[in-house]
Amino acid sequence: MHISEGVLSPSILVAGAAVTTAGVVMGLKRLEQKDVPSTGILSAAFFVASLVHVPIGPASVHLVLNGLLGLILGWRAFPAILIGLALQALLFQFGGITTLGVNTMNMALPAVVCSMVFGWAVRPRTPPMLRVVAAFACGSGAVLLSGLLVACSLYWSGEAFLPAAKLIVVAHLPVMAIEGVLTSACTVFLIRVKPELLEGGYVHSASS
Amino acid sequence: MIEEGFSQGNSLLHRLDARVKILWVVLFSVVTAVCDQWPVLTAALALALAVALALALAVAFMARVAPRELVRRLMPVNLFVIFLWLVLPFTVTGDPSFTLGPLVATRQGILYATQISVKSNAIVIALIALITSTSILTLGHAMHALRVPRKIVYLFFFTYRYIFVIYREYIRLKEAMKIRGFCPGTNLHTYKTYAYLVGMILVRSSERAERVHQAMLCRGFRGRLYSLSDFSMRTADMVWMGAMSACVVVLGLWNG
Repeated sequence: MHISEGVLSPSILVAGAAVTTAGVVMGLKRLEQKDVPSTGILSAAFFVASLVHVPIGPASVHLVLNGLLGLILGWRAFPAILIGLALQALLFQFGGITTLGVNTMNMALPAVVCSMVFGWAVRPRTPPMLRVVAAFACGSGAVLLSGLLVACSLYWSGEAFLPAAKLIVVAHLPVMAIEGVLTSACTVFLIRVKPELLEGGYVHSASS
Repeated sequence: MIEEGFSQGNSLLHRLDARVKILWVVLFSVVTAVCDQWPVLTAALALALAVALALALAVAFMARVAPRELVRRLMPVNLFVIFLWLVLPFTVTGDPSFTLGPLVATRQGILYATQISVKSNAIVIALIALITSTSILTLGHAMHALRVPRKIVYLFFFTYRYIFVIYREYIRLKEAMKIRGFCPGTNLHTYKTYAYLVGMILVRSSERAERVHQAMLCRGFRGRLYSLSDFSMRTADMVWMGAMSACVVVLGLWNG
């Protein structure tokens, strides 16, 4: 969920921008100049994946997939999500310039954290059952953390946001389940079709 | 999916240097966003926000944005604002204004929600004025000229360039699924199918990335992109930048 412009307090905006800057620096360090095109194209793929709507009961939710993004890109999830959100702000006016830092942090930090915690278990050579469970935990954990971070950013901006923050966390619960299942099934697919993607810190190696 | 319908035009705003526009929108957004440093609403702040909104509206009209397009682009931000309107009036403590069953709406809550609505819309309208008068590629080159790290700018270019290609691929996969009788519902089969769809998009994208990279190497790519257009500051850009920054600074000082 994107937080709109003009809602958060300045201190939260600054904190979000600081965390995002640090994360992007970490991500860029792990991104060689020659891998920029492939990372950009994968970011575009995730951008498109986030436009996919899946039905849940009578409604539908769009995918986030930051857990999967973390599994594939690692720290480079930060620059990838930054660019994705900047383009969403420019093209659809979701989010905006001042909230770019906070919104990137809210999505990319869970991606990196979950890939660090669960990533080792989602590798081509780990036992299939472990892989499925870890991928589920990674996908749903990343969405849960994102929801909590969004809720905290709102709550720390003003006590009055508390009920809104709680609503947001509750709204993330069904999404968590779906994201977990999807991340899990998607890793099963990727390991069958293109296991290199899940080797950890994927960069295609056409030249190296 | 994505239109840049208004980015080719000839208004004053279209002709401005893209760097000037970016700097100004960032300045405007930051100052306006900081305007709620004090939770207490004062008349002065409301006035400052009203001026900001008027300013943003004037800018939007200078770019000759069709009103309907403007409303359409304001939808996403206002969905979030509506969500806040459903909650905030009842959760901010203060003088009761009206009751809705067991819920009591406070005057402070309503004022707070109003303040956020005005502020969000002011910032987004300014952003719309920027984006509708400049193409995304020009923005990328302008970011480069403004010393944004090169890797970020190139990532921006590549992501933007391939969103459209991959989106078309996604639509093709979706149509293929439909033709084979896929009917989405709330069940495991649906979620698995979507997961494979996403997986397929990722596999194809990474294979495309390999081909693109090899093609770029063939053409002598050494990690740099070159821009054919140059930015130059003209008198009009200077005047505009000066006048608009002055307005924003006045807003900030008035607020502070």
